[in-house]
Amino acid sequence: MSANAAVQEKKKAVARKDMTKWQWTWKEIKRNKVAYVMVAPFMLIFTLFTVVPVVVSMLLSFTNFNMLQVPDIVFMDNYITLFLDDDIFLTAIQNTFVFAVIVGPASYVISFICAWFINELPPKIRAIVTFIFYSPSISGSAYLMWTIVFSSDAYGYANAILIDMGIIASPILWFENTKYIMPICIIVALWTSLGVSFLSFIAGFQGIDKSLFEAGAVDGVKNRWQELWYITLPTMKPQLMFGAIMSITNSFGFGAIVTALCGFPSYEYAAHTIMHHLEDYGNTRWEVGYASAIATILFAIMLGANMVVKKMLGKVGK
Amino acid sequence: MKKLRTRKHTVVLNRSAGGDAGIAVFLILMGAFLFLPMYYTVIQSLKPLDELWMFPPRFYVSNPSFENFSELLYLMSDSWVPFSRYIFNTVFISVTGTFGNLLFASLCAYALAKIKFPGRGWMFQVVVLSLMFHSTVSAIANYITLGTLGWLDTYLARVVPAWGSTLGLYLMKQFMETNVHDSILESARIDGAKEFKIYWTIAMPMVKPAWLTLIVYCFKDLWNTGASIYIQSEQLKTFNYAVSQLVADGISRQGASAAAAVITMLVPIIVFILTQSNILETMGSSGMKD
Repeated sequence: MSANAAVQEKKKAVARKDMTKWQWTWKEIKRNKVAYVMVAPFMLIFTLFTVVPVVVSMLLSFTNFNMLQVPDIVFMDNYITLFLDDDIFLTAIQNTFVFAVIVGPASYVISFICAWFINELPPKIRAIVTFIFYSPSISGSAYLMWTIVFSSDAYGYANAILIDMGIIASPILWFENTKYIMPICIIVALWTSLGVSFLSFIAGFQGIDKSLFEAGAVDGVKNRWQELWYITLPTMKPQLMFGAIMSITNSFGFGAIVTALCGFPSYEYAAHTIMHHLEDYGNTRWEVGYASAIATILFAIMLGANMVVKKMLGKVGK
Repeated sequence: MKKLRTRKHTVVLNRSAGGDAGIAVFLILMGAFLFLPMYYTVIQSLKPLDELWMFPPRFYVSNPSFENFSELLYLMSDSWVPFSRYIFNTVFISVTGTFGNLLFASLCAYALAKIKFPGRGWMFQVVVLSLMFHSTVSAIANYITLGTLGWLDTYLARVVPAWGSTLGLYLMKQFMETNVHDSILESARIDGAKEFKIYWTIAMPMVKPAWLTLIVYCFKDLWNTGASIYIQSEQLKTFNYAVSQLVADGISRQGASAAAAVITMLVPIIVFILTQSNILETMGSSGMKD
């Protein structure tokens, strides 16, 4: 325990004899006034633009607000309409789940495996390979180049190669065929997904105490898979947790990429996700009450997914 | 006694040659998948017109030229708002947004990590919770908030929310917790230094990797912002938005749009190369204890 904490423990013990818990808390608050001054600017902005919106969406989801008139309270009507009358919403939910279930775990596992393998490389090469793997996720709009790869005429790379090899006779209209839209969007999403969690894993591997592996080898760890399960994964649990959160959050944030690739709305709503539905009702039709209900559902799904994964990761290495 | 295979400098345990080969193949395939589109973008931007329209398209360029970049300049000079305005907007938003986020998040991170005040626990919990959902859910409610404040269609709508972004705060707080030792702070306190002074003269210089990381992430996000529902005036739109308008004109603009893509991706990539080792150092303490 550090000196600071020890001093405070002592104060706490002394203080509690002559005052109640609340009095003590109040005294601590006054003693640490400067800390509140320090957190205030950030917490104020954070609350205003991140916490308040969640609460506001929840409240508005029970109304039929349209930005012009005073909102009427309609209770559960928005939710009932969403689930019973809005076929496109059901498609959106289905697509969102397909997206999140594939892209989230896949990007997480790929990030981890790549980081694990890269860690075996010598330091100089490691830095270069890390950069190559990470570059798509920081390169901003470079994913737009995929629209040229999957361009619907013969000059698109995918069509050109397939025609050249004699597999197809005429160019495929990639984004006007419900069979291809989702797979292409998933590929591009995966391409950009080696982000923060990947770097966190790389750093996590480098931070593992090497003597653990030597001790493991002496204790009978036979191959790299056992080493991974019994030594690496348990040691890296904090990184695994953080990486999971980043991967899940990102797997719900690919709406912009889908729009850039397939346009909006996508052909026959084949790649329509909850994010698109939200944008459609929120920013285009200004049915804010209805959009808020969509936002609230999306919020619940994201938090739920995180909680489930957190539970699962608790079992690693046991 | 177990036989230990060695590679240069380090002892390597439990490694089979077959496993090494498998790893190499996997990394090469993955690397190709990730790298080729980037490479292709650069190549495409350097192709002169006749090579752009060659069938089948080539993976290399025989007569590299900067034709596409000058075409981009020409197209841009034609735009209704001077092109320099888009660039100014992007740079202005990125710089002011990043600076504010660095200042406020580091102050907050210092207090959360190093001062033991009532409420620090749940404040950090809320921050962690916010990492779990994507900002799309708050866009519409924020529109209402920004409207109430009268900030719609101003730079404030772009810059101020960025000051409160949480990833940088999270990384910085975790980094301070492991890398700034309480004993140093405590002796400064005994010498009578005020918390603000300790934060500025002792803690901040010790967490340089963390603030570089924060700068990279915040800057990257702001640099890549495109169209937004909060902004209607053409004069306030960003470079990225202007580029996406060009690309939307389709295949005939593919050379110019590749050139534009190269320009947009160049900046974050250079920033990342310069700061890679610092970012990795910061990520070393990014872990989340439950």
